[in-house]
Amino acid sequence: MAAQVAAVCAGAPLLTGMMRQVRARLEGRAGAGVGQPWRDLRKLMRKEAVTPQGTGPAFRMAPLLLVATTAVVAALVPLASTATPAGGSSDLILVVALLALGTVALALAGLDTGTAFGGMGASREMTVAALVEPTILLAVFALSMPSGSTNLAAIVSGGLRDPDRLASPAGLLATAALAVAVLAETGRLPVDNPTTHLELTMVHEAMVLEYAGPDLALVELGAQMRLAVLLGLLASLAAPWGIATTARPAAVALALLLLAVKVAVLGAVLAAAEVFWAKLRLFRVPELLAGSFLLALLAVTASYFLTGE
Amino acid sequence: MEHHPALRTVTDIDVAELPGRAVGLLRAGHRLALVAAHHDADGAPLGRALRVVHLFVSGPPDTRTELHVRLDADGPELPTLAHLSFPGGRFEREMRDLYGVVPVGHPLPHRLVRHFHWPRGWYPMSRNAGDVPPFAEPEGPYPFLEVEGDGVYEIPVGPVHAGLIEPGHFRFSVVGETIIKLKARLWFTHKGVEKLFEGRTAERGLPLAERISGDTAVGHALAYCLAVEEATGVQVPEEARRARALLLELERLHNHVADLGALCTDVGHGILGAHAQRIREGLLRLNREVTGHRLLRGGVVPGGAQLRAVPGRARMRALGDDIRSVVGLALGHTTVRDRFTGTAGLPAAAARDLGCLGYVARASGLALDARLAHPLYDYGPALEVPVHTGGDVLARFLVRAEEADTSLALVEHLAEGLDAGAWAGRPQAPGSRRGAVRAGVGIVEGWRGTITTRVEIAGGGELARVKVADPSFFNWPALPVALADTIVPDFPLANKSFNLSYAGNDL
Repeated sequence: MAAQVAAVCAGAPLLTGMMRQVRARLEGRAGAGVGQPWRDLRKLMRKEAVTPQGTGPAFRMAPLLLVATTAVVAALVPLASTATPAGGSSDLILVVALLALGTVALALAGLDTGTAFGGMGASREMTVAALVEPTILLAVFALSMPSGSTNLAAIVSGGLRDPDRLASPAGLLATAALAVAVLAETGRLPVDNPTTHLELTMVHEAMVLEYAGPDLALVELGAQMRLAVLLGLLASLAAPWGIATTARPAAVALALLLLAVKVAVLGAVLAAAEVFWAKLRLFRVPELLAGSFLLALLAVTASYFLTGE
Repeated sequence: MEHHPALRTVTDIDVAELPGRAVGLLRAGHRLALVAAHHDADGAPLGRALRVVHLFVSGPPDTRTELHVRLDADGPELPTLAHLSFPGGRFEREMRDLYGVVPVGHPLPHRLVRHFHWPRGWYPMSRNAGDVPPFAEPEGPYPFLEVEGDGVYEIPVGPVHAGLIEPGHFRFSVVGETIIKLKARLWFTHKGVEKLFEGRTAERGLPLAERISGDTAVGHALAYCLAVEEATGVQVPEEARRARALLLELERLHNHVADLGALCTDVGHGILGAHAQRIREGLLRLNREVTGHRLLRGGVVPGGAQLRAVPGRARMRALGDDIRSVVGLALGHTTVRDRFTGTAGLPAAAARDLGCLGYVARASGLALDARLAHPLYDYGPALEVPVHTGGDVLARFLVRAEEADTSLALVEHLAEGLDAGAWAGRPQAPGSRRGAVRAGVGIVEGWRGTITTRVEIAGGGELARVKVADPSFFNWPALPVALADTIVPDFPLANKSFNLSYAGNDL
């Protein structure tokens, strides 16, 4: 479990760097290299901490809370092994609640700055979050139906034992819904543009405009970890092969390696897809998310009807 | 083929006649192209006064009519034309801020150019302005109009922005995400360009004209040169006029390509932006071969033009294919098209009333183009002026794309029969009118729209007054109009589709 958290923390910036590099190469640019996010974090960590005048504890706590909740999620979710000490508490609802806690903390921090952009970003982020969280819940719920448990470890090991379940209509629908929700939750195209400098169009970035130095480093690390964890969760649920069912070091090491490969492939596919996507108009985002919610709902319905229960 | 510049009619009228004459000209289809104030010293033919020139133009046929009124030099006052012409009202506010000319009866007498911290009573263009004084006691408060109501909040943006753009402050009054009102407060870049022209020779004025707005080096240099040539009676050789027309299209091309790409980037479709940048780089390198400067400085000179090379047909064809493929991919992408369609619409009536120019006007159904109305060269059938009626971002995108196409055809057509070289005309009768103040007007369709420059040259051959009217001066008021009921996240896209110059607006 510790290895899993360490892998997520260390690997998340590399994943972001790799995705940026893929995108740069596809657009015909040289790119900054896979290690650039780590170099950025090192640079930010060396800077002096600055907090805007008039901000309170919400602003100061949010980066820590974001990273902490994401680290806990990284520990709970069965990414490398289903047999972890925390396996018993890796409940689906708990995971979604922890993710929401991080989002809400950041939104409150955005409001705390009292700037127009902080409030604007927070309002947009909450709009998106309000539509995304139910989708994630419902999608994983559909996947949990065959296992009869909302415990993620049970769902994943169920998928390992019975791969047919993954290719069932319910499984495919739920995976598709989850994929869209992950895009929205992590602020990628077509919901949010992580590379823009136009503050009026931002969702996630507008909220964290006032952060600088080590706080900004934490916010960035938190966002990168969320992306890594959610892509990892998607990989574990949709393609659980290779996940260790025991806690033997060799099996876990192999599983971690496979996880890195799976997440890297997902990340590269996402980065490549982003090259060809454009950002949706803000008011079309709910339509997209409503679509993914519908998919999740269909997945739940399908798993009821098709399992004949 | 001899080319004769259009004749300018100059009428000295009494101040009281001004509104009546203006109504007549505007009703006859003229537009107010420029208003400029001049200091006539004691030695002037009609004595000391503050002389205001209103330039009305129409075309085709190319018609230019000037009304000169003479005001009291110590307490200048002028009846306003704001109720007849919206640009007229803005020119008057500009003149009030720079010269202290009071527009009597102006419906919106707020400051325009005047920076908040300019000292009370200091007018930079007045005769005795002296050196620039330090910032001092502001001339009263200048509050923003507050929109009141349930859930209305304000978003202040700028004047310093995140991207590499010029300074401007935007104040959005917003409900939810919908813009109720936008106030753009510009005028952070006053450089005193018109003042810097004074006393220079015509040759030394050129570098200044090329730098009025960095992306419009040819447009402004050409308008300036045409004005100087009219004033000094220089006949420009046929090859030089052809070379100038060529340079003007090369400038339109590299700017339109940059905008087409930037519009794609602003909707998050980065790959097309990257390719547009690549094509633009190809065009800039071509520019350097043609003039020795990537932004085409040094190509247009007073009396003539110089080319170091002429763009080849195969190269233009290859660039044209690339541009068309970027445009095709952008329009074929459903999300991109959805973002462009219906965003920030400017109705034709608003564009007409505000006096819009260039692609902004042509995207709202007004077929205005100085290449037709005030031609500096006989373009022949290759010149097409695309007009769209949508008025939205899509229309402005399409107008740019089609203009780029026309420019490619024109460059190919104009490059035929041109070789590298330098051409310069001579004054027809040098020194014949030495001693008198001579004036000239240059009108050019720059890539952003119609540029009008009016020049007065004193007896000694030095520039007495240069007034420049960039199309951005006419188009800026259209941006807030187009943005009413647009959502905040679409503002950068709408702003880019107008792509107005701050430097050219605030001289």
